[in-house]
Formats: sequence, structure tokens, C-alpha cells
Amino acid sequence: MADVERWRREFPFLDGDNPAAYLDNGASTQKPRAVIERMRQFAGHEYANVHRGIHELSERSTAVYEGSRERARKFFNAATAESIVFTRGTTEAVNLVAFAWGGQNVKSGDTILLTEMEHHSNMVPWQQLAARTGATIKYVPVLENGAGLDLDAARTLLAERPRIFAFTHISNTMAVENPVKDLCLLARENGVTTLIDAAQSAAHIPVDVQEIGCDFLACSAHKMCGPTGIGVLYGRHEILAQMPPWQFGGEMVDRVEFTGAKFRPPPARFEAGTPAIIESAGLHAALDFVDSVGLESIAAHSSALAEYAAEKLRALPGVRVFGPSGERAHLVTFAVEGVHAHDLAFFCNDRRVAIRAGHHCAQPLMRKLGAPASARASFHFYNTPAESDRLVDAIAEAIRFFNP
Amino acid sequence: MNTDELYQEILLQHSRRPRNHGPLENPTHRADGHNALCGDELSVELRIVDDQLEAVRFQASACAICTASGSLMTGAVTGLKTHEATALAGDFRKLASTGEVAPAIESLTALRALGAVHRFPQRVKCATLAWETFSAAIREGAVAQG
Repeated sequence: MADVERWRREFPFLDGDNPAAYLDNGASTQKPRAVIERMRQFAGHEYANVHRGIHELSERSTAVYEGSRERARKFFNAATAESIVFTRGTTEAVNLVAFAWGGQNVKSGDTILLTEMEHHSNMVPWQQLAARTGATIKYVPVLENGAGLDLDAARTLLAERPRIFAFTHISNTMAVENPVKDLCLLARENGVTTLIDAAQSAAHIPVDVQEIGCDFLACSAHKMCGPTGIGVLYGRHEILAQMPPWQFGGEMVDRVEFTGAKFRPPPARFEAGTPAIIESAGLHAALDFVDSVGLESIAAHSSALAEYAAEKLRALPGVRVFGPSGERAHLVTFAVEGVHAHDLAFFCNDRRVAIRAGHHCAQPLMRKLGAPASARASFHFYNTPAESDRLVDAIAEAIRFFNP
Repeated sequence: MNTDELYQEILLQHSRRPRNHGPLENPTHRADGHNALCGDELSVELRIVDDQLEAVRFQASACAICTASGSLMTGAVTGLKTHEATALAGDFRKLASTGEVAPAIESLTALRALGAVHRFPQRVKCATLAWETFSAAIREGAVAQG
């Protein structure tokens, strides 16, 4: 990316002479000044609760909050802003669908289809739904070494007409981008509802819900240069309109009597209580920021960096790199023979390189691949080849230290 | 550097060639432990005869600190009465979390090297996992004898 130095200057985290090489963007991204400043400004001068005050501040705050919804609609190209539900993040979004949609639509004997490469947060809510309803969970298998999904198996499993197919857009461990559009089309042909976990793809590659053709899509602002505490659930409006609420309280009610209550239409129906208002302003600023960088260049830059790192890591003794042989998303997961990931990450940290170690919230997958623990470097548009080199140097040094 | 402070040579030796690593024949007690943070997995098997730890072995798929700690633990507790070993486990927990050296571990030089973890909060569990699993095996890990 031509302007990487320019974008780096937008991040206070990268101020100073020798900032740490932050290669844990898959866990969360750093925050640009625009987001930090917008939240400070809003909290300091424009803040009030939303959807209730008659006073001007509340009106303005409501406009900001609903403006963020419209901004998210535009970012994901949803047909209407009513399709955008604010949640705490991806995890809460998946839980919302598993409770509200799942409670209504999944019965004993039904199948819920997932993939082996799901993050725990797109696995455990479904396991719990299955336990509550007596449904069965099936998994689309992952190819050897995590090279991708077994698409033939996916075809067969979708033809068995599961109630829902919930799957990740980009695997947080395998760096695989799944063919979401094809899979959603296949699901639709079989009458299967779809949910896409976009935690790793949103703000890394263009995500257009109408083009993808999914029923639900979930993501977290904090992985998109935005704040923690807010995320987006996109739901096709016809489906949201049929779903019952899952949490109850203020904001989501239309009329309350001592004997019961009527609920508002979506998205308010799914936003009980005071929402993350300040965070919504931050999300708005984050989406503006990401768009100004440009999703196409972000995708090209971070994926090229991950491939650059993967190639150099593969050349080191005893290093196994997981994931696709072809195009790689913005991250690289690897294991070193004889050196545990936790030791690698500690060693890297000592050299001011931040990477993730462990099972990456994908325990079943990592066990299947024979690597209960591995290390992961995940890149974004503000990372540089020099930072990738620092990683590779640290890993090479760690190998010499632990495997002399 | 932190690396040298934590990974002392004696610990690296134990992590590369852990003592008493592998399954134990006819264990009377066993337990599994894991560290959810980083994916360390470890099991401990004991043979207790007349309240004495006759044999102690462990198996780990774990980081260097966890593996070294398991190796050192097996050496430290073999031959002890169970209550002595349980007390030593308590002393070790204190060493790992605060760096404080109890009288019982003063002479155990290699074990004391693990005291450095108290300066690295995220690594404390690496050092204590073997001991926790060991204590769990004594407490509730009796193997049904056929």
C-alpha cells in the first residue's frame, strides 16, 4: 500500500520512535485518532440518552445513534437501516440469532450445520441451542492442514436441508476466505437459512450482504478500528420481523401494561436497555476511516503481508504453516516443532512483537490438525514488511534458543 | 532481557529432556489439567502405597515452563508422604505467585528457579499447572483398581 506511512500516523499507538509491532489484529485492532476524537467529542459535548428525551440533547444523541445505524447499513449495503441491529459484538449477535430465531425455528430432530473452522463464538451458542431443543449439529469438514472447507461435503450436507448454516467468512485460524456467495446460493436453493460470522472479514475485505445473499451476518466494531462494546447483526428484514425478542426491558417495548407488554418492530425489538451510544459514534467514525483507506487496498495489503510472512516462516527449520496453499487472508497461523506457542509469543513479546498464542478459540479444529497450540500473526493496513521481518527474526531466534 | 530471566538454563534442560515423562504403569491416582489461555495440556499419574508417593510421572503437551515444572515436580515429590507433598504444593504455589521461598524449598535450587514466573503474571499458571494437577490427582483422582 502506497500510503502506509500516512495511515500509520493516524494511530496514537504507533507514535514514538520504536513502537511495538502489533500483529494481533485478528484479536482486536488499534484505534485511529478519528475514532478516539469522535467518541471524546460526542461524550463531552453531545451526549444524552436516546429515544426518550424531549430535550434537544436527546434528540441530537438519537440522531447520532440512528445515523450510525444508517452508516452501517451503507457500509454493508443492507437494503434498509431496519436490518441493522446493534449488539455488543459478534458473540452477542450469534447468541441473539440462536435464541430468538433458533428458539422459534429449530425443533427436535432438526440439524444445525456449522463448519469445523468456526470460532467458539459461532459454535457454542449453537451447541447450547441443540441441547435445549434436541437438534443435531453437523460440521462441514476442513481439508488437510486447514487448506479450506470441503465444498463437496458442504453440498451434500446442505442437500440434507439443515435448518440453518452458520459459517465464517474468513477463518480466524486458517486464513481461508470461504466462498460465501456460492455457499449462500446453495443454502437458498435448499431452503436453508444462513448466518455469516464476519468478525474477521468486516473492515478487511468488502462485505456486501446483498451480493453475498445471506440471511444474517455478524461482526464486531473493535476488530474494525472501532470501539469495544458494539457490533452489528445484519438480518434480512422479513426474517427479523418474524423473530421474537430475546432480551426484555426499556427501548424495545411499544406499550406496557401491568399484565404484559407489546414490543416494537426491529431493530428496536432486539435492543433492550440503553444501547452503546458513545460506541455507536465511534463505530460511525471507524467506518468512515476504513472507507477512506479503502477496503480493496486494505485487503490486498494485509493479505500480501500475511503471505510474505508465511513464506519466510516456512523457510525456518521445523515450522509448519497452516491454511491455504493459494490466496491467504490477513493472517498466518503456524507451529514450531519442539517449541510451544506460548514460549514463542513470550519470546516475541520480549522483542516487542505482539502475536497470539494458543488455540485461537478454535479448540476442536486445532486438535484435529494435531496442533493444540499454535502461534498466529494477523495483519492490518498499518502493518509493514519491516514488522513482519521483526516477527520472522524473533521466531528464528526463538528456534535457536529453544532447539539449539 | 525477560527471556533470560525466565528461561534459566536449568529449566531449559528440564523442558528439553523432562524427567519421569510418559505413562505410569498401574497408577493408583491420576488427573488431567489444562491451561485455557494457551492450550497447555498435562496429565499426572501417581502410585501411592501406604500414603507414600512411590512413583510420579507426567505427560505434557505444553510450553517450556510448564514442562520443566512438571519434570521438577516429579523429582521433588517422589518418596514423600501425601500430606508432605500437598504442603510442598502449597509452598510452590506461593513461590510461583509471590516469589517467596518457604523453608521446605530453600534447598531445592532448580525448583526455586521457577520463582521467576511471579514477575510474569501470564506465566504463573504455566508453572503451577503440574502442581495443581498433581494435587487434584491426590484429592480426587483415585483410579478404580480392577
